[in-house]
Amino acid sequence: MLRILAALLLCASAAQAQPRDTLTIGISQYPSTLHPNIENMVAKSYVLGMLRRPLTARDADWALVCLLCETLPTLENGGAALETTPDGRPGIRVSFTLRAGLRWGDNTPITAADFAFAWEAGRDPATGFGPAEFYRQAYEFITEAPDRFSLRFDRVTFDFASMGDFQPLPAHVERAIWQADPRAYRTRTQYDTNPTNPALWSGPYRVTATQPGAGLTLERNPAWGGTAPAFRTIRIRTVENTVAMEAQLLAGQLDMLAGELGLPVEQAAALQRRVGARFQFHFHPGLIFEHLDANLDHPALADRRVRQALMHAMDRPRIVAQLFEGRQTVARGSVNPLDRMSDPEVREYLYDPARAAALLDEAGWRAGPDGIRRNPAGERLTLELMTTAGNRSREQVQQVLASMWRAVGIETRIRNEPPRVFFSETVSRRRFQGLIMYAWVSSPENVPRSSLHSDEIPRAERNFSGQNYTGFRNAEVDALLDALPITLDPEARRPMWRRLQAIQAEELPTLPLWFRQDAHVWPTWLDGVRPTGHLNPSTLWVEQWRVR
Amino acid sequence: MSRAAQIALTTAALSFIFYMLLGLMPGDPIDLAIMADPRLTAEDAARLRTLHGLDQPLLTRYLAWAGAVLRGEFGFSRLFARPVAALLWPALLSTLALLGWAILIAAGLGVALGVLAALRPRAAPAVQGVALLAQAMPGFWLGIMLIVVFAVWLGWLPAGGAESWGALILPVATLAFGQMAAYARHAAAAMEAALREPWVRSARARGASEGRVAWHHALPNAAVPLLTLLGLDAGALVSGAVITETLFARPGMGKLIFDAIMGNDYNLALLALLVIALVTMLGGWGADLAQRALDPRLR
Repeated sequence: MLRILAALLLCASAAQAQPRDTLTIGISQYPSTLHPNIENMVAKSYVLGMLRRPLTARDADWALVCLLCETLPTLENGGAALETTPDGRPGIRVSFTLRAGLRWGDNTPITAADFAFAWEAGRDPATGFGPAEFYRQAYEFITEAPDRFSLRFDRVTFDFASMGDFQPLPAHVERAIWQADPRAYRTRTQYDTNPTNPALWSGPYRVTATQPGAGLTLERNPAWGGTAPAFRTIRIRTVENTVAMEAQLLAGQLDMLAGELGLPVEQAAALQRRVGARFQFHFHPGLIFEHLDANLDHPALADRRVRQALMHAMDRPRIVAQLFEGRQTVARGSVNPLDRMSDPEVREYLYDPARAAALLDEAGWRAGPDGIRRNPAGERLTLELMTTAGNRSREQVQQVLASMWRAVGIETRIRNEPPRVFFSETVSRRRFQGLIMYAWVSSPENVPRSSLHSDEIPRAERNFSGQNYTGFRNAEVDALLDALPITLDPEARRPMWRRLQAIQAEELPTLPLWFRQDAHVWPTWLDGVRPTGHLNPSTLWVEQWRVR
Repeated sequence: MSRAAQIALTTAALSFIFYMLLGLMPGDPIDLAIMADPRLTAEDAARLRTLHGLDQPLLTRYLAWAGAVLRGEFGFSRLFARPVAALLWPALLSTLALLGWAILIAAGLGVALGVLAALRPRAAPAVQGVALLAQAMPGFWLGIMLIVVFAVWLGWLPAGGAESWGALILPVATLAFGQMAAYARHAAAAMEAALREPWVRSARARGASEGRVAWHHALPNAAVPLLTLLGLDAGALVSGAVITETLFARPGMGKLIFDAIMGNDYNLALLALLVIALVTMLGGWGADLAQRALDPRLR
């Protein structure tokens, strides 16, 4: 059906002209809330990027930058100071001075009081903010001046200057609602009950209309003190079906498709082939790591040689070329090659069926009369391969992998489940028998503690928390994962990262496939969009977008 | 027991069944949140489950929900961070506009074609062909074709959205074409049967014109089974059309329910399902009353 549609769209007429003071963006998901601290999802990050700013963020070059502060605190510039917590542990005090002229949309100045409120609300377990680790570690907030505050942390980590999602909340609007009943705050916050209130927004744009599930309209924020954005109005339209999204783009109803939440890379590449001149296409490498997790409790997969054989039997460059038009980055491991801690020398598994066969022979799996290998007990080398049902590209990859592994004598049994069953039951409770294919979303220099540390193996007594789904146990890796976050000197961390990647490549609890690319589709008249490839979206710099 | 009491009891029973079935689905809202945000720790998950009442047994949660509903509090949508009633009405209105027009056009066109096939036997194969085509063509496919032709090639109509009345034309056409087939077939069969009845022969013998025979004698009798069909469609009128709504990026009940179920949004899914069940039962009741009005034998 897609092919026929593609052929018909080939003859599509030119897009209708759009007024240049309006930009209409298509995204494939609607944000479930507009509150900056309740729930995390890509759609919300993308939209909020235009409406408010966090204290710090990583830019398109992956460098940590101040968005609301004057300078990043370091030990050298005195913005950060090592100290001891009241209970005698190593701690750190981190100070920020706010930029001059920061204002909410109702012209109320943004002050330390707004950060203090965000911190207080986050510290209160009743508030219902999502990840609370930041607030648990930041045990004291000190207001030093209306434009200056400090946070005291009970843990010293190398990324102490990165405040993640910590951002001001308008205390003059939200504090009274929160204080009235912290438990009910998430249902009474004006971010969701009255999102068009200008006092909620501090970015270049503010919300002027919402249509739940369908879209939002943003207008320039007159109180914004930074560079004036080019567009008077930005319309965000949610189109979940990517075929419909493509049709709306070609019909001129959408000007651009967000790379963060737009077309799958193969669909965008096909569109580029057909109507390339009508739009700008940009494929940007990202941090979404597609991979296979091996259940190390499986008798065959417990043998490292079998896992290495599986790697050698996969021709990943060919899969990327055939199924994704070459638009994915073949992965050597879970650390993205763009990450400054990536080791370019880490072991690479090239396609080598002969080496795969030799490794399987060595592991005691000999070819049987039907070509499938058997161990001395006569058991067939059959592996179950699971992924999310309905994900067409993953299902195609499964078929190709099964045929490649079949060529070296490994039988694959494919069993897929709907995503919610797959993730909620099978993956999170380690109920899979062989291999599972899915993706991780990472961040720059992200220490993979939750996926590799032996304490993070999901168990019933820990309420199945943790993401070490493979069941990987390695004392040296545990030690590295404990030491990495608290090693402040990047040069001291580098050899630790190198060793961690070497062990991962040798042990292969996770079989790397590729890093996904984001497919950005922009109108030819748009300039200045800089995709980041990480969780801080390109919209955080929307004021730099310009009409050509 | 009166029909109204039957409907009230059935609605109450359905609320319990729906709640239990939703509650027994794999995973809960916090599992979904963990999938979306790997930074959520075991401690966060436990805190959020307590906060949302998900650490309580299913029956306790149902009783709390039912008590709140009886007080007129329908709860809060987890997916859209709004009171569910505030979400349901715009979706319901959007679906009523979409399905209402679609059913109206489908019934009007379908009945006209059916009557034509019954009155003009030479036209019957053509009508049957159109009905067969309408029934066989998947709505998804037809929708895409209409988008390609009228939105992309000709640029006459929007490819989707819900900002204008123009955006309603293509999804209504997609739905109406498919639904028309059933009305055309039923109308043709019912009219053919009615035209063979002795009282039609009597009317002709009395010198009634063919038009009068068709519109005043045969059609009112043929309308009885068609009213049953319309009554059954009352449920569809509010349950939406997931594929059409998704394809045309149009908010409506179908997509809302699908999203609510997939996103473990119990409050929203429950209320939406109950509204559909209630309207279906009321539609059936309405069809029964209309049939009795048309056919004295049923009184």
